[in-house]
Amino acid sequence: MRRFSDTSETELSSSRRSFLKIVGGVGAGLTLGINVPVVASQMGGRAGPSVAGENFAPNAFVRIGLDNRVTVVIKHLEMGQGTFTGLATLVAEELDADWKQIDSEGAPADAKRYNNLHWGPMQGTGGSSAIANSYQQMRTAGATARVMLVAAAAQQWSVPASEIQVKQGIVSHQGSGKNATFGELAELAATLPVPDAESIQLKDPSEFTYIGKSLPRKDTGKTDGSATFTQDVQLEGMLTAVVAHPPRFGAKVKSFDAKKALESNRVVDVIEIPSGIAVLAKDYWSAKVARDKLTIDWDEGQAMTRNSAQMMAEYREQSKKKGSLARDDGNTQKALQGAETVIEAFYEFPYLAHAAMEPMNCVALVNRDGCEIWNGEQFQSVDQNNIATLLGIPADKVKLNMMFAGGSFGRRANSDSDYLIEAVQIARAKPGTPVKLVWSREDDMQAGYYRPAYVHRVRGGLDAKGNIVGWEQHIVGQSILAGTVFAGGIKDGVDGSSVEGASTLPYKIPNIRVETTSVEEQVPVLWWRSVGHTHTAFSTETFIDELAAKAGQDPVALRMKLLSDHPRWQGVLQLAADKAGWGKPLPKGWGRGVAVHESFNSYVAQVAEVSVAADGGFKVERVVCAVDCGVAINPDVIRAQMEGGIGFGLSPALMSAITFDNGKVVESNFHNYQVLRINQMPKVEVHIVPSAEPPTGVGEPGVPPIAPAVANALSAVTGKRYHELPIKA
Amino acid sequence: MSSTLSVNGVDHQVDATPDTPLLWVLRDFLNMTGTKFGCGMALCGACTVHLDGQPVRSCSTPLQAAIGKKITTIEGAQSAVAKVVQQAWDEIQVPQCGYCQSGQIMSAVALLERNASPSDADIDSAMSGNICRCNTYQRVRKAIKNAAEQLG
Ligand code: FES
Ligand code: FES
Repeated sequence: MRRFSDTSETELSSSRRSFLKIVGGVGAGLTLGINVPVVASQMGGRAGPSVAGENFAPNAFVRIGLDNRVTVVIKHLEMGQGTFTGLATLVAEELDADWKQIDSEGAPADAKRYNNLHWGPMQGTGGSSAIANSYQQMRTAGATARVMLVAAAAQQWSVPASEIQVKQGIVSHQGSGKNATFGELAELAATLPVPDAESIQLKDPSEFTYIGKSLPRKDTGKTDGSATFTQDVQLEGMLTAVVAHPPRFGAKVKSFDAKKALESNRVVDVIEIPSGIAVLAKDYWSAKVARDKLTIDWDEGQAMTRNSAQMMAEYREQSKKKGSLARDDGNTQKALQGAETVIEAFYEFPYLAHAAMEPMNCVALVNRDGCEIWNGEQFQSVDQNNIATLLGIPADKVKLNMMFAGGSFGRRANSDSDYLIEAVQIARAKPGTPVKLVWSREDDMQAGYYRPAYVHRVRGGLDAKGNIVGWEQHIVGQSILAGTVFAGGIKDGVDGSSVEGASTLPYKIPNIRVETTSVEEQVPVLWWRSVGHTHTAFSTETFIDELAAKAGQDPVALRMKLLSDHPRWQGVLQLAADKAGWGKPLPKGWGRGVAVHESFNSYVAQVAEVSVAADGGFKVERVVCAVDCGVAINPDVIRAQMEGGIGFGLSPALMSAITFDNGKVVESNFHNYQVLRINQMPKVEVHIVPSAEPPTGVGEPGVPPIAPAVANALSAVTGKRYHELPIKA
Repeated sequence: MSSTLSVNGVDHQVDATPDTPLLWVLRDFLNMTGTKFGCGMALCGACTVHLDGQPVRSCSTPLQAAIGKKITTIEGAQSAVAKVVQQAWDEIQVPQCGYCQSGQIMSAVALLERNASPSDADIDSAMSGNICRCNTYQRVRKAIKNAAEQLG
């Protein structure tokens, strides 16, 4: 097989500089990726662990075995969003494989071959970018393999390649009546030259047989307990570790006594690490029981002592002052001064925990060769770099095994690699012994990395005719990017991930001013499924309704008018309104509300129906959702992501909040950090806008519109306005 | 101290203290990792197994309470009802991340084994102890109804 010359090794230390350029790639969904001639360089490296003669591996993404199985190497983390299915579909489409012969496999850490093309020289998953950045790359990978199989058949049968057909995994030649499976041609194909990526012809969309079809998922083993998550990794001689973390952020271990903890013969060791005291045992329960027996004296001199109410009050005061400017159209101050009516609202959003179903965990093995990690691995380049720095070894000595993740919602993509570093800190004390770090639900909920708390102050003005003449918004809260390797993305005091969705307000309003102030707290914060849009969609989409009501206009009609320059927004809005029967009568005590929002280049509108009981309690009954994500690769996966995104967004809308009391996190488990359950799930119907635009993500964009749609529906019944999440009816 | 535990029709000797939750006996002593840890407080249902046919939260069931009983885990869910439920789960494409699904399926099988045609309210009360952070609830409901139809 012909080898491309090796592209230069991606140096992780130098890619740090690139992090600055790609800020927002993970969180804010920007796609400032460095434009490398991607396909060519991606195909360049050695192609996986294959050996010619046993496997045909024309590139880093496709391997065809003599057994006729096609393995698609997936560079993105499967955490439920369906990437094992979506990316495999792209390969299967261009390869004309039989879907049944396809297996998906997680890629190793190798940013040279498996980088996220939207993030430059960096490997990782986030910002709903998996399909968008892989669309051409994976199709080209499949098409390249097809060309080579055809060439092999042509050679073997001595017929022109142009007369050969490939369909459903069978290569055939009509004239001679010959046919073969991929497996039968693999050995010969592996000896042929790999064609230049530029010479590869991709299908015209009219020829698609798999793209646009709801193929069954490839992340199997999830209905019989056989799928392996990090939590399920079992290695010879492995120990389980639990860690006693400080009771408040900023506290440190002063001294500890482990005598009682060490009494059990299943407990192996107790060690101090920078983040607390680790107990190592032969099983989780023994470790956990021993941890409860530790006596730890904490140095709380630098510990946080803040209360949530105090923070909100301070942020509110701050929001009345000037902030850093994120957008400034026209002259908003003048417009509001001259307005006939001005309304003002203060919005409040609490901290949120990701609370993925699988609490954070990581298996780490440190030995003379380096370090090996088993993890729901979402942030390969960052994690590799952080671990290598800690151990003082080259990044390529950190081997990362990407396991299925039991959810993430942003939590496993962390610039600090927090729980991985903790696992390595423990494992390095036991060289040669694999250590599984397991966080309990309480650890997971109280160790931080939350969606920040925010206050928004919004003012809007109407003229005498009811036209919106000015919109002013000030967003106050912690910066997600500050103090991370992404800090370079904060421009003139504006963290794009704090204002996205507000600074990008699409409505045709002549004067718009958006400001932000980043405040400092000791609370570790992180992106949370849909990042800034989790709060900006709520304030913008409820406030526009409030202005519509003041102006006596229908919420859908007003939006349609103000979106006249944005056909894709209008498209989803109209579709959702039509399918929901907007304007049609509802039972007494029911109301409808709408919201439309773009995030990560996908457009979603939702119409929520709520029923309000006599006692003021309410239920979300039905949600009609319309989505435009460009070419719909797998409609059923898109529907699943919209259903899931709506349910996920309903938790903070209705019940979830992380609060602080004298610096301590109050919530600890699902009894006081409540999340949506099946009896609270509305009926959801999803409609997909047919589109030929390039495909964009669906993991996050279903989340932002649901909270404002519900609040607007409630307002339609009660006449009250809701400026706080979770909604207090 | 060694105890005998009957899991999926097979007797196992385990050397765990009697207060060890059944969940951790299954996972760490018997290497049966299909049953998941989600909360440890009987709040999420990820650890649901059957004890003499009844769904229980194994994270809050001490080993001693399981001795002498028939334990069925997701790995041993082989009954006629279980098979239909798993098929329905595949057919409806319920799982996303999949982490909660062992528990969802064990709760659904227990429901359908005692109630062949559950109403929405029956499904709510049998399944509301099972959290799914991916929010696959609509499909869980649909798959239970689909399974009920096939069994009916
Ligand atoms: S782990 Fe047992 S109910 Fe959550
Ligand atoms: S499928 Fe992810 S938690 Fe249920």
